[in-house]
Amino acid sequence: MARPVQYNIYGKTDVKLVKEGPEGYMGEAFMATTLEQVVGLARKNSLWPLPFATSCCGIEFMATMGAHYDLARFGAERVGFSPRQCDLLMVMGTIAKKMGPVVKQVYLQMAEPRWVLAMGACASSGGIFDTYSVLQGIDQIIPVDVYIPGCPPRPEAVLDGFMRIQDLVGKETLRRRNSDKYKQLMDSYGIQ
Amino acid sequence: MALTYEHIKQRLVEKFGEQVKGFEEPYGMLTFEAPKELNLKVLQFLYDDAELQFRFLTDLQAVHYPDDTGRELAVVYHLHNLTENIRLRFKVFTEISRPDVFSAATLYASANWMERETYDFFGVNFVGHPNLKRILNVDEMDYFPMRKEFPLEDQSRIDKDDEMFGRGGSIV
Repeated sequence: MARPVQYNIYGKTDVKLVKEGPEGYMGEAFMATTLEQVVGLARKNSLWPLPFATSCCGIEFMATMGAHYDLARFGAERVGFSPRQCDLLMVMGTIAKKMGPVVKQVYLQMAEPRWVLAMGACASSGGIFDTYSVLQGIDQIIPVDVYIPGCPPRPEAVLDGFMRIQDLVGKETLRRRNSDKYKQLMDSYGIQ
Repeated sequence: MALTYEHIKQRLVEKFGEQVKGFEEPYGMLTFEAPKELNLKVLQFLYDDAELQFRFLTDLQAVHYPDDTGRELAVVYHLHNLTENIRLRFKVFTEISRPDVFSAATLYASANWMERETYDFFGVNFVGHPNLKRILNVDEMDYFPMRKEFPLEDQSRIDKDDEMFGRGGSIV
């Protein structure tokens, strides 16, 4: 018999399962905080990913979405395959040079705010396929927010990467997408 | 009576005489070669003949031998007789300066994409092919990657440690 698990550990340990929430001024039956924090909280806990699964990392992603390592716990219950409806592009697997324009096209079709997660060694840097036909990392064509190393990364690593994206999403200012620095980043990739 | 390699060899020599040569059996599969002008005739003969029905083209590939001047590119056809379960390998050599070989796409439908792949990677020009263009590589690529003079690795990387690849460095 597996060891008995106790879920209600508040008060008994120092570990907090869930962060308490954004900082703000609490009063009786109200809380005042900044819009950025509330929007960030809402966005990060309901990210809709677009799994751009090409090869073995795609299988690992399927395992992450399964019941054992559940990605749905983090709000990614509804994965969409249409870029128009998703905010997180998860590129998983080897991208060949012939596939590069396709990835770029999918990225361009996404609406702001959008984030990109490069999962696995091939998407981050070409992986073990250092050849004439493989794109050596998707950051040659689109800007990437989080890279998950591994070949393939374990589901726990994928969840860790996803949580880092959630941190980025939660802390993003509402003005970032209109700022000059962001425009410069987009120009360096040739994206309007 | 089952078809044997001896019998196939005899039929081929009867029909084509001295032009089919180089009969050998590496790893138990009969291999022979013929001049490139005859490749369609040989394939058609092997297809049509009632006894030698080699009706299945398993593979069509090329090999680059940079040192064999005049015969640098070998186009290799793997044929299979499905009724008797006999396989055959047929090679055609061509020189690299004019790599024209007649296309087997009208005879075998599977040769269509296989010839495109051979063109893409080796530059063999298949005369009479309906749509000879690159199939697996990027369309703008201007060289033929599988030829021996081209490197495997992507040349745009600047962060590689040569030592790890066995080139120079302190571990030679």
